[in-house]
Formats: sequence, C-alpha cells, structure tokens
Amino acid sequence: MKTLEELRKIRQKAQQQMKLRDSKHRVKVVVGMGTAGIAMGAREVMKTILDEVSKRNLSDVLVTQTGEKGLSSMEPVVDVIEEGKPAVTYGNIDPEKARRIVAEHIVNGKVVNDYVVVTEQK
Amino acid sequence: MYEKFIKKYAPTKDNLIYILHEIQDNHPQQYVSEEAVQEVSEYLKVSPAHIYGVLTFYTMFSTKPRGKNIIRLCESPPCFLRGSEQILKKLKESLDVKIGETTKDGLFTLELCACLGVCGNAPVMMINEDVYGDLTEKKVEKIINDIKGRQE
Amino acid sequence: MKFYRSHILIGIDDSSLQSGVKEIENSLRQELDKNNLSDEVNILETGTLGYFGTGVSITVYPDQITYVNITKEDIPEIVSEHFLKGRPVRRLMLDKEFTSKYDFGYKRRIVLENSGLIDPENIEEYIGTGGYEGWEKALTEMKPNQIVEEVKQSGLRGRGGAGFPTGLKWSFTAPLEVEQKYVVVNADEGEPGTFKDRLIMEGDPHKLLEGVMIASRAVGASKAYIYIRGEYKLCIQRLQHAIKQAYDYGILGKNIFGSDFNLDIYLKIGAGAYVCGEETALIESMEGNRGNPRNKPPFPGVEGAWKAPTVVNNVETLANVPSIIKNGADWYAAFGVEGCTGSKVYTILGDVKHPGLCEVDMGTPLRTIIDGYGGGIKDGKEFKAALVGGAAGVFLPNKMLDVKMDFNSLQEYAAVLGSGAILVMNEDADMVDMLWSVIRFFRHESCGKCSPCANGNEILYRLITDIRNGKGKEEDLEHMIMLSETMKESSFCALGQSLLLPVKSAIENFREDFLARMK
Repeated sequence: MKTLEELRKIRQKAQQQMKLRDSKHRVKVVVGMGTAGIAMGAREVMKTILDEVSKRNLSDVLVTQTGEKGLSSMEPVVDVIEEGKPAVTYGNIDPEKARRIVAEHIVNGKVVNDYVVVTEQK
Repeated sequence: MYEKFIKKYAPTKDNLIYILHEIQDNHPQQYVSEEAVQEVSEYLKVSPAHIYGVLTFYTMFSTKPRGKNIIRLCESPPCFLRGSEQILKKLKESLDVKIGETTKDGLFTLELCACLGVCGNAPVMMINEDVYGDLTEKKVEKIINDIKGRQE
Repeated sequence: MKFYRSHILIGIDDSSLQSGVKEIENSLRQELDKNNLSDEVNILETGTLGYFGTGVSITVYPDQITYVNITKEDIPEIVSEHFLKGRPVRRLMLDKEFTSKYDFGYKRRIVLENSGLIDPENIEEYIGTGGYEGWEKALTEMKPNQIVEEVKQSGLRGRGGAGFPTGLKWSFTAPLEVEQKYVVVNADEGEPGTFKDRLIMEGDPHKLLEGVMIASRAVGASKAYIYIRGEYKLCIQRLQHAIKQAYDYGILGKNIFGSDFNLDIYLKIGAGAYVCGEETALIESMEGNRGNPRNKPPFPGVEGAWKAPTVVNNVETLANVPSIIKNGADWYAAFGVEGCTGSKVYTILGDVKHPGLCEVDMGTPLRTIIDGYGGGIKDGKEFKAALVGGAAGVFLPNKMLDVKMDFNSLQEYAAVLGSGAILVMNEDADMVDMLWSVIRFFRHESCGKCSPCANGNEILYRLITDIRNGKGKEEDLEHMIMLSETMKESSFCALGQSLLLPVKSAIENFREDFLARMK
C-alpha cells in the first residue's frame, strides 16, 4: 500500500530514468513486443539483442520492451534511445539486422541508415 | 481427474468459461470430454445441458479430440482480401486434411476463425497461442515444417 | 526588425560537421550575395534537423522543403532554382513521403500516447508519463457527480460504434441507490479489421485501468469487469500483470489512497463469439451463459450484470477518460470537431502501402487517412473501394473519399464510423467476392436466437453464393436489399440489423460488379 506522496516520488524517479538521466545506462534499446511484432518475429530479435549485449559485455545498455506504435507493415520495430539525441526507430528488423544495429549503432555510435524508419522530430 | 483445474476457481456459474478454457488447454488433445463436463456440472451445480450449450456456442471450444497444434486461419474480410483462400488451399494440401480435421499423426487440426485483430499483417493465422502474419505459401510451409521438426 | 522572405535552417551536428557543413554554409552565403539575395534570405544555424545519414541538410521556410545530402556543387543550383525562380530542386529534396508517411502522430495522440513508447509491464513507466494523475484528482479533489459532469462537458462519445455520449450514459447509473453497481469494459474486440483496443491493452494497460477506476468512482461501482476475447492472449497476460501491480501499489483495493473508496477489477475471458460485443450478450457470457442478447429495455445501466445497474463502456472510450480528468473537459473538446470531440483511432488495411493504425482528430477526411497514414494504394494500382466501419460498415466508392471521419459527417453518406476500421480495396478487388466474405462472416456469427437474423443470413449467403458462382439473376440484388431491410427492422440485436449497410452499399455503389457475374 502506497500513499499519494510515495506515488509522486515514484513519478519523479521514473521520469528521470526514462530520460536516462543520472542513470548507469547510456543507451536504451526498446523492442516492440505487441502481437503484430511478435507475429513478425520480435521474440527472435529480442533474443538476439540480449545475446549480443551480453556477449559484448555492454553493461551500460538497457534492453526493454514496448507495445505497438501502429505501423504494422514495419514490424518488428526497434528503438534506440540515447540521452540528448533524437531517438531512432528501426523497422522490419530480423536477427541479422539486429546484430548490425548492436555493432554499428550501439557500440560505434553510427546510425544504420538502411533500416531507419524515422528519427524523433523535436 | 480434472479436479486440480476445476478447483482453482470458485464454484460459481460465472467461472464456467474460465474452467472450460483451463480444462481444454491442459488436455493433450485440446478438447472438453464428457467426463470433464460431468465433473464441472457437479462442481458448479449446473446441468450438463447448460455446459454443452456453452461449449457449442463458442468457437474456441471443442467437444471432440483435436491435434496437438490447432491452426486457426482467419477468414474475415481483411484477410480474405489479402489472399487467405490461397493460404487455406496450401494448408489443406500440405497437411492433407479438410477444414475441422486432424492430421493422421495427431499433430495438427485445421480450423477457420474470425478476425484475430492483427489485420495490418493480413493474412494471419494462430497456432495455439502464437500468431503468424504476412503469410505466403512459402512461409506457411516453413512454419509447419518448423513445428514438425520440434516434435521429433 | 528586418524582414526576410525566406529562412534557411542549416543543421549543425557531428555528422554534418564531418561532411563539411561549414564550407557549404560559406558558399551558400556567397552564392546568395552574388544574386543579391542576402537581404531577402536569412541563414540560421541550428542543431540536428533530425534526418540521419543525410550528410548536410537544410530546411527552407516557409516552403518547408528539406534538401538532404547537399554538396558545395549543389549550391548554385539551389540558389538559382529555388530562391530566384521559385522552383524546388527535386533531386535533392527529402522524399516527402519519408516524412509524412512515417508520421506516427504522437503529438496529437490521446489514447495511444504511450503505446509503442513505454514498457507496458512496468507500472512505474506509466506513472512516469503522468499516469494515475487523473485517478488521483478524481479520487481526492472531485465528487462523483463532478466527474460525470466533466465527462459530459468533454463531449466524449462511445467508441464502440454507436457513439452514445459517455457522460450521459454514466448519469443514468450514478444516482441509483443500490448496494452493488458494476462497470464492465467491453474488450471483446471482434469487428473484422479492428485492433485499436488490442494496442491499448497490450501497449498501455494501465491507461485502461485508470479509465475504469475513474468510471467506477463516477458511478459508484465497487467492482469492475473487463470482458476480453479469448483470442487476445497477450492482452490477457498484460492486463493480469497490470492489475496485480495496481494492487501492489495500493492504486486498487480497499481504502485507496486513504479514501473510503474500494475497488476491485476482474478479468473475464470470452471464447470466440462476435455477438458478445453486443453489451447484453456480453453480460450473459460474463455470467457463464451462451452469449445470447437480452431484451432492451431494461438497459444494462439500470439492470445489467446479475441484475445490478451496470455501465458498459468500450476500451477506447475509457482510455480517453484519464486525460479528460487530468487536463479538463475544455482541453479535450479542443480536439476534433463540433459534436464529435477528441481523437479517433483508425486501422487502415488492405491494399495500402503501409497497413497499420493511426490516431487522429475526429473529422479528419478519409482521403487524408488513406494517403497520409496508409501511404496510398500499393503497387501503383487504382483505388476502388473502402469498407469503412468494419464488416458491419459501408462500401464507399472513390467519389465519397472526401467525407470527414466523424459520427455526424458519415451519417450524411448513410455511412457509419463503427469501430474505425478502413479496409481499402484496389481495382482488382471484386465486390461480389468481398460482399460474399462479409455475409459469410455474419452467417457464421449469428447467435441463432432470433429468426430474422439466423434465417436471413442463411438466405443472403445462398443468394450471394449463387451470384458468385454465376447462377444469380438481377432481381436477386433487389431481393437481397429487401431482405436486409427486413432484418434491420426485425432482428433482435445489432448483429442482424447490421447487414443492410454492407449489402446495400455494395450493390448500389458497385452494381456493375454484380451484373458482370450474371452474363
């Protein structure tokens, strides 16, 4: 049981974390895990990313999930979010493409243009 | 023998559909047998006739034994437009069954269903709990073979 | 202050610096100078323009044209063509489609503002986006009748299809003084082509729960049920998880946040029956029966689940409520059009380039939705028809594409908003086949309780099958319309009454397709 005061504290903390501020994480990778994403292979993509991240020992990378954005034809969809940079949304990702995103974007900081659907418009 | 599934729920009639789902999902042949209906009837104090009424009303339930993997191909207009008839033909051929039938090895039952709500990736089908989208004949063949491979 | 006719935004970031943006900026200034344009065209340095992998890019205002991957050599052409002659340099322009077709529309989203952005299994992410602020306000600052009033003021109308004003619906149940009232969520999303509710429940389950909580408080219900179709496995899992988290955080349960309000939310699972989307059939199913609809009146608001007053609302309707309470009725009413406020979620399907879903203001033209969000017709084909509103919707031809998508405007075309599904068909589609598919669906889903629907669907199916097999006669078409009119007049519930729309619109708007099968 929480009080309203505690709820507000959770809200502040969560807001900071979602922006990766004061966080031990440098990059957040978000895999779209709605039914359409999963139907198009998001589970394998998630598995591959987790695999690559642990193989490379990337302790500052947070891998998480979300629902669908609504662009069914682009599933599976993966977002890469870094503090202070526009978020990048990749589409039609398969395990092979996911490996490339980890190596080129997450490790080397170079966006893999071939798979970009959209970048965040500020 | 169905006690452990039935007793998870309070003995009120509104839990009937929950209980029937639980029994069916845990039966290797994915159906609700006569014995199960009897047991549920005693537990909920509801007549077997009522339970059969419910079982036969909803398309997800079966009173006949089915295969290990239930294929539900969507036949609603969005999937129909995107070629579900072609996929149905392919499924019938590669499984050598008609709609509603189970393969001889007991691995697959082929069923049709109404919209699964994944229409952005039509045509779609569901196999047990998993949905497969943007189906092509080639993709269907691979999915079937993958499942067959996993059984061996 | 100096007045410029154009502004050029030039993006300076790591990637453009590497591509020599400074040098390009200099030659741009020189070139403008040379053409005596420096007083008319202003250059502004800005951060990244947001187009990755496009080297040096500039955006020209007010034209809103973006040139990408430009080099020093392109500068003279841009200046002379665009700024002197007013003709954009097409070969350098950012593919307009690239920016418009991938506009997720998040800036104007209400019910799907978080779906696809936050982790649906983490309640703290929902709280972090301002979640449960509406619930806090409804519980601590507002009286139940104020909540009902606020929702009335917002103009929110039910998103299940009928469009009944939500606040008004609540106001029938709220004043009833009985021991037990219920809120029931209609999450039996079965209308073919519709998956908006699935996205809400999978992508942002707490948004729905918050809406349920506020509704329960407004009408004085201490128990709420979410009736969800059995096929939606992931929604069931995510909602179960979300409900558990809400209890753990004290947002649900007894004496919530120290108030005297108690609320429990339960899930009820369906098992595959379209008719259970009808509210009284849904209640029957919830009680453990066959999903046969009940007589109305009494309406569920007075006598619903277990004979208690029951408010039945659609998922999308309730997902609007947290934002209304949090931001106020006026904020909400600023979205959409007179009489149909807020946003609406549409699913765009079929022969479009990018099938999927969008949330836009009520009243957005159908053409904008199909072209802007669906990316237009696939494979360079021509548009033929759109089935709008689900299987129980209307087949619209090209000339009706400018209709505004809201409850009132569609009525003028004898069409309905329905569930918001838009199934687009190209020139290859045959309306006989499509109508056959629609009738086959209703024939299968008719519950069998009343004769007009059970027999009517069977006869319609035989007629359309005969036409499809080349055995039809022209008078069959009139027979079909007459029959569905009779079904509309005499069927027990909305299922049997629905056939008239697709049957009549297909035959009237695409008669030539039917006649072609009779030669």
